[in-house]
Amino acid sequence: MSDTLLGVKDLVVEFSTRRGILTAVDKVSFDLERGEVLGLVGESGAGKSITGSAIVGLIDPPGRIAAGTVHLAGQRIDNLPSEKMRRIRGDKIGMVFQDPLTSLNPLYTVAKQLVQTILTHKDISKKQARDRAIELLDKVGIPAADLRIDDYPHQFSGGMRQRVVIALALCADPELIIADEPTTALDVSVQSQIVGVLKKMCSEHGASVILITHDMGVIAEAADRVAVLYSGRMAEIGPVRDVIKHPQHPYTKGLMGSIPTITQEGDRLTQIPGSMPRLTDRPPGCAFAPRCEMAMDVCRQNHPEEKDVGTARVACHLMRKEGAVA
Amino acid sequence: MLAFIIKRFVQSIVVMLVVGLIAFVMFRFVGDPVDQMVGLETSIEDRERLRETLGLNAPLPMQYWNFISSAAMGDFGTSYQFKRPVADMLGDRLPATLELALVSAIFALCAGIPMGVFTALYKDSVLTKLFQAISLVGISLPTFLIGILLIYVFSVQLQKLPSFGRGEVVDIAGWSTGLLTVSGLKALILPAITLGLFQMTLIMRLVRSEMMEILRSDFIKFARARGLTPRAVHFGHALKNTMIPVITITGLQLGSIIAFAIITETVFQWPGIGLMFLQAVQDVDVPIMAAYLLMIAFLFVFINLIVDILYVVVDPRIRIEKA
Ligand SMILES: Nc1ncnc2c1ncn2[C@@H]1O[C@H](COP(=O)(O)OP(=O)(O)O)[C@@H](O)[C@H]1O
Ligand SMILES: [Mg+2]
Repeated sequence: MSDTLLGVKDLVVEFSTRRGILTAVDKVSFDLERGEVLGLVGESGAGKSITGSAIVGLIDPPGRIAAGTVHLAGQRIDNLPSEKMRRIRGDKIGMVFQDPLTSLNPLYTVAKQLVQTILTHKDISKKQARDRAIELLDKVGIPAADLRIDDYPHQFSGGMRQRVVIALALCADPELIIADEPTTALDVSVQSQIVGVLKKMCSEHGASVILITHDMGVIAEAADRVAVLYSGRMAEIGPVRDVIKHPQHPYTKGLMGSIPTITQEGDRLTQIPGSMPRLTDRPPGCAFAPRCEMAMDVCRQNHPEEKDVGTARVACHLMRKEGAVA
Repeated sequence: MLAFIIKRFVQSIVVMLVVGLIAFVMFRFVGDPVDQMVGLETSIEDRERLRETLGLNAPLPMQYWNFISSAAMGDFGTSYQFKRPVADMLGDRLPATLELALVSAIFALCAGIPMGVFTALYKDSVLTKLFQAISLVGISLPTFLIGILLIYVFSVQLQKLPSFGRGEVVDIAGWSTGLLTVSGLKALILPAITLGLFQMTLIMRLVRSEMMEILRSDFIKFARARGLTPRAVHFGHALKNTMIPVITITGLQLGSIIAFAIITETVFQWPGIGLMFLQAVQDVDVPIMAAYLLMIAFLFVFINLIVDILYVVVDPRIRIEKA
């Protein structure tokens, strides 16, 4: 094994709905190195959260993983029995969700939720678990952690609650953290603090992170590599600097055009005209073709293969000639 | 928190005063109390003297005040029919109704909560379908019909359980209980199921819908994502969050159970206050009717108060804000 922690290969997630089978994630593949932060971006409904849930085995009926594999540290985990998978969740993979206001059980103290989680995965005494809980809260930057630990979630501010959520995700020192839009619900003023906490915790623990967001600013700040999802498919994946400076896929270019921090100040946000196709009636060719200024006939007929273009991997027919698009 | 309790307490007293007014109007103006108490041969002077001693010549607000204050002291006057203090008669009958109501409520909770949890967790199981069929029966069949059906099956056909009365009772410090004898317990089963079935259905449906709602919530998803066991997730995190509405509803229903016991008590000839009330209505025995009204109202108000306080104890969000 190399230093690959997570390998997702040709992952397909389907939902059976009244209008037929809906493919929310369509043959998505990527690897994640140990200690790496991978940003996962795309507009709302692109399949980011479903990808994350599929990795931890939390796709509920009527959804299911229809094809593909997920390997964690060399072990295949997408087909494990539910009890085995439960032991991996929280222990090897931690998750952080979008809304800290609703992520915590309102009726239990922070201490109770932390201790319960720690004891689920670690064979230690209650007292030790509590000490560890205080230590975790302290590390994620909660002042007077030993006093605040017995408070209820509603007694914390949004930013503080998200720190508690991160502490909960880190209870058992997971190797992988999946953070699903961890800053979206927060005030702008605390967003970068939370990203900072997440990054610091992961580098200290040597954990890898999948950072799901639609905020390219967060990606630019925190991620090593970025994967762009469009309509459940991988459009482009590559090192952050390259993807931001030299996006290859027309959709990525459109996305980069809409980051305020990258374009000059005062520039209006470029919007890509049109909207993502509904997942039940995706066009036969490239899903982005209807909105793409450079679409060719082939784009409307065939789904493009992913190709290596420099440091990135891109799924676009324009990539036929290596890096031909300028 | 104390301010909250005091506020609710004052509200409760206001409600009781209003109900007292209704009972007073009923007592004072449904027929002439004096006519009800004396025979036809009593002279006008004797009637006038009685009127004076009963305070019926005092100004109305004064009479209302006397009525309320003596009721608050447990004096509801004398039954026209039986010539006994109403309070004593209620005291004799109350244990039967309270035991029936309590056992019904316990039955409703003990059956309703697990059934609600089960039907929420295993939506497609055969047992779920069965529970839902039972709940449909509980909701749609009227109480007296359920009672008669149960009597038909268990008393008439199977001859296992008695169809009327309380069985043997034991007297403990003035409280006659049927809970300590076999025949008393047997006699309790059918009435308790009859009375509790509707509440059980209600609790089951409530727990089911609350539970399904909460299982979809973010904190349950996060709890599962942390690898907590299904038991911890379902019973620790989810069920506890459904308990607030369940406590509220069950508590409030306890009042209705006692009030609705009238029907069950009639079907099973259960010697409780409901049966006594019905007889009083037939005899136009107004003091008993007024006392019953006051007592039911008091139970509702009292239970409401307790439920509100419990609510605060269970939910830290309210507890801490109100502190
Ligand atoms: N429970 C569900 N039933 C049917 N379709 C679903 C369900 N959950 C998600 N989807 C579909 O999956 C798509 C991707 O969802 P999601 O991964 O949450 O998007 P996002 O990229 O915004 O996180 C959605 O557009 C939706 O159509
Ligand atoms: Mg999402």
